[in-house]
Amino acid sequence: MELDSALLSRLQFAFTVSFHIIFPSITIGLATLIAIWEGLWLKTRNPIYLQLAKFWIKPFAISFGMGVVSGIVLSYEFGTNFSEFSRITGPVLGPLMAYEVLTAFFLEAGFLGVMLFGWQRVGPRLHFFSTIVVAIGTWISAFWIIAANSWMHTPAGYEIVDGVFHVASWWEVIFNPSMPYRFTHMLMAAFITAIFVVLATSAWQLKRDPSSEMARKGLSMTLWFALILTPLQAYIGDLHGLNVKEHQPIKLAAMEGIWPESEAGAPLLLFAIPDQKGEQNHFEIGIPKLASLILTHELDGELTGLTSVPADERPNVAIVFYSFRIMVGIGVLMILVSLAGLYLRRKGTLFQHQAFLTFCSYLAPSGIIAVLAGWYVVEVGRQPWLVQGLVRTIDVVSPLPAERVLFSLTLFVLTYSLLFAVYLYFMRKLILKGPPPLEKLSEQLIGVKAAGYAAALAKHPKPVHQEAN
Amino acid sequence: MELLSELQFGLPLFYFLLLGFAILMYVLLDGFDLGIGILYPWFNTDAEHDHLMRSISHVWDGNETWLVFGGVILFAAFPAAYAGLLSILYLPIMLMLIGLIFRGVAFEYRFKSNRSRHWWNRSFSIGSSLAAFCQGLMLGAVVQGIPQGAINLSSLQWLSPFSLFTGLAVMAGYALLGCVYLTMKSRGALQQKAARYGQRLVIFVMLAMLLVSLGTLLLQPEIRSRWFGSWHTLVLMLLPLAAVLAARLLFIDLGRVQQQYRTGQPVQAIHESRPFWLAASLFLFGFCGLVVSIFPYLIPPKLTFYEAAAPDGSLLFLLPGVLIFVPLILTYTLWGYHIFRGKVEDFEEGY
Ligand code: HDD
Ligand code: HEM
Ligand code: HEM
Repeated sequence: MELDSALLSRLQFAFTVSFHIIFPSITIGLATLIAIWEGLWLKTRNPIYLQLAKFWIKPFAISFGMGVVSGIVLSYEFGTNFSEFSRITGPVLGPLMAYEVLTAFFLEAGFLGVMLFGWQRVGPRLHFFSTIVVAIGTWISAFWIIAANSWMHTPAGYEIVDGVFHVASWWEVIFNPSMPYRFTHMLMAAFITAIFVVLATSAWQLKRDPSSEMARKGLSMTLWFALILTPLQAYIGDLHGLNVKEHQPIKLAAMEGIWPESEAGAPLLLFAIPDQKGEQNHFEIGIPKLASLILTHELDGELTGLTSVPADERPNVAIVFYSFRIMVGIGVLMILVSLAGLYLRRKGTLFQHQAFLTFCSYLAPSGIIAVLAGWYVVEVGRQPWLVQGLVRTIDVVSPLPAERVLFSLTLFVLTYSLLFAVYLYFMRKLILKGPPPLEKLSEQLIGVKAAGYAAALAKHPKPVHQEAN
Repeated sequence: MELLSELQFGLPLFYFLLLGFAILMYVLLDGFDLGIGILYPWFNTDAEHDHLMRSISHVWDGNETWLVFGGVILFAAFPAAYAGLLSILYLPIMLMLIGLIFRGVAFEYRFKSNRSRHWWNRSFSIGSSLAAFCQGLMLGAVVQGIPQGAINLSSLQWLSPFSLFTGLAVMAGYALLGCVYLTMKSRGALQQKAARYGQRLVIFVMLAMLLVSLGTLLLQPEIRSRWFGSWHTLVLMLLPLAAVLAARLLFIDLGRVQQQYRTGQPVQAIHESRPFWLAASLFLFGFCGLVVSIFPYLIPPKLTFYEAAAPDGSLLFLLPGVLIFVPLILTYTLWGYHIFRGKVEDFEEGY
């Protein structure tokens, strides 16, 4: 069998970036939640908030570690596997990523040490500040990388000189047409992902220990957040879809499964089996005219279809079509769960309703699945283009021998599978272990382990501790 | 107008220097992290291993960020070099990344494990060693020059006796940095051990630097004529001279640190921290020597930094970011080190 190094490079990139995005989705949201809990604790001095922060900081730390190591791979992979792409788009994408490192990665890393290990080294306010900085760092990081990625979907503000992209307007490059939608949608997605991880864990804890104050607080808070954010996410997603229709109509056609060159009054397909070769769908189940209504605000609005471009300019329709339904399906499910939570809260049975708690506890990975599905829609839907309409993926892959890429791909698959199993094992272990008991927390707040204590020791080289040793 | 054109001529040079700065920072900072990983098998007890890990668990992430920074500066300012170098050095880069993955996750998992702890010990030490060795390999490959043919990407020409040796030399250098960092961060038997290994490593590193320099001069007439062609020689000879002096002082300081355990006289704090700065200066001199040898190439002997430079628009856009944020980063990084100053064993801390 002839190995195709371009295909292998693409597989490797898709695999490594998919692995990476799992962890930012969790850490962006968790960092924000931890900052909120820590702030609430400082404000109200209610130890439950501190318990929540201290409990979640461990899963946060391992997720962050995984995010860092898998992210570094990506920043080198552009050059190793897509060398021609790096050469021609480097002047546009390079500075954006350099700003990401300057304004976000250093910030996260610099304050993470204090956030994780500084509890006894700095006062509570400075600690809280560090936590906030880490959280904001993750948002800034998302901002730049999404700007870079969005530019590849809706390129703007560039000119091409000798085959290399030069920048005419940085403002247009950064705030390219799809960027505002993608950025808000992604940031919300990360918040939602973390919220559902906490929600699921709290529900599970409540089932084991119905009296747990921390679990009640966790469940109640996340359900409120979910109630606000999930409908908002659907609304942003809808706007995002309109933006896709305008700039990437073929991707939209793949999302909706529209084959004719153009279709008036297109139905919203709930299910179908797209047939790439036959240029049609089988077993369609749909709601007549709804797609046109949503996307054009007219019952008989016209939508561009896949056959309006040659076959080699169409993405893999099945992947885009199903991924889109998975994401939206999960989104709708999340809204329903939030509403059910509101209903049970009104009835006063939220913490006792076993079936609801059980169902919630299964939702831990739902956000991550939706995030991955969303990215598959976006990225596979753009193919065969790497920069929409300008650069084809196959033209800019490094001319590497296939065996070499196969070797590294195998290495990544083995390493990441192993690490993912380890990650799940430790997440389970940390969650089973439960929160730090309140007595232990108060010991850390007054007495030997109190904030600032360690720093005081460092100033006086003869510590009290030493004699005890 | 005049000023502007001058600025634009100097821009690629500025980024070339910035790239050098990023690499140097990376080598110094992640150097001691990786070095501690390389030294790891020479320490045996769980308590020692705990200590080693804890001395760096709060800084390794920030240190590694300099590697990302170096990578993206290369990408942003010299896209052609980024594309060329990375695809040519495909295998060592991939292996380095895998090494960095294993050493990075070990921090998180080791402290949370009981039964699997020895696996994380291995993951940490092998990962660190692999990453350091691959970095040395790449250094060797770049210094020995990348022939035209390498662009066809099917050869393993980065693999040579010379690059294998530089791989080992970089490992030894990082281990030395690890020793002097530990000397600063520990007391008692551990400090003594670190200082003792440190002394041996100083000798080895100096020998390695000598051999690598001689090797380069022998193999590459162009570099030879650069060092020994003109009056420059006099100035340039200051570099090896300074290195030898620094190495000598370093050796003596490390001796003093060990001495205190025999005589019972505590050593002054300066002698515990100075070795770190001396070792760092060794690296600095070596690095300057390297720059002298390969300037102005990014991929010797073909691609210079001004040929590889991105258009001015990109370089200018990034300039304010660099000028504002690099000093800021240095400030809060220093603040971070300040917060965690002092010896490791004084506190039971964590999260
Ligand atoms: C929406 C968010 C998002 C997306 C789409 C990406 N990342 Fe990421 N990345 C983050 C959000 C993030 C983060 C939240 O900032 C991380 C995750 C955990 C962490 O440590 O920082 C991170 C870590 C991280 C690191 C390590 C930083 C460090 O040393 O501290 C690198 C080098 C990258 N990423 C690079 C990339 C590249 C090249 C991507 C695209 C192909 C990418 N990331 C997609
Ligand atoms: C983090 C979430 C992301 C996910 C899950 C993701 C997923 C994918 C997938 C599945 C592909 C393969 C498409 C195909 O070949 O059919 C792809 C391609 C690609 N993506 Fe993304 N992507 C993400 C973010 C990004 C970002 C932020 C960038 C750049 C700034 C990016 C750059 C690329 C590039 C260069 C390719 C080309 C390689 C290829 O075609 O396989 N991606 N991505
Ligand atoms: C419920 C209604 C939702 C709608 C209508 C919707 C709509 C969309 C659309 C149209 C895109 C593709 C944009 C493009 O191709 O450029 C997209 C992408 C994406 N979606 Fe959704 N979405 C919804 C829910 C969710 C949920 C619940 C999550 C995760 C928790 C999510 C995560 C993502 C992600 C990560 C992407 C890729 C990045 C981006 O373009 O922002 N979506 N979504």
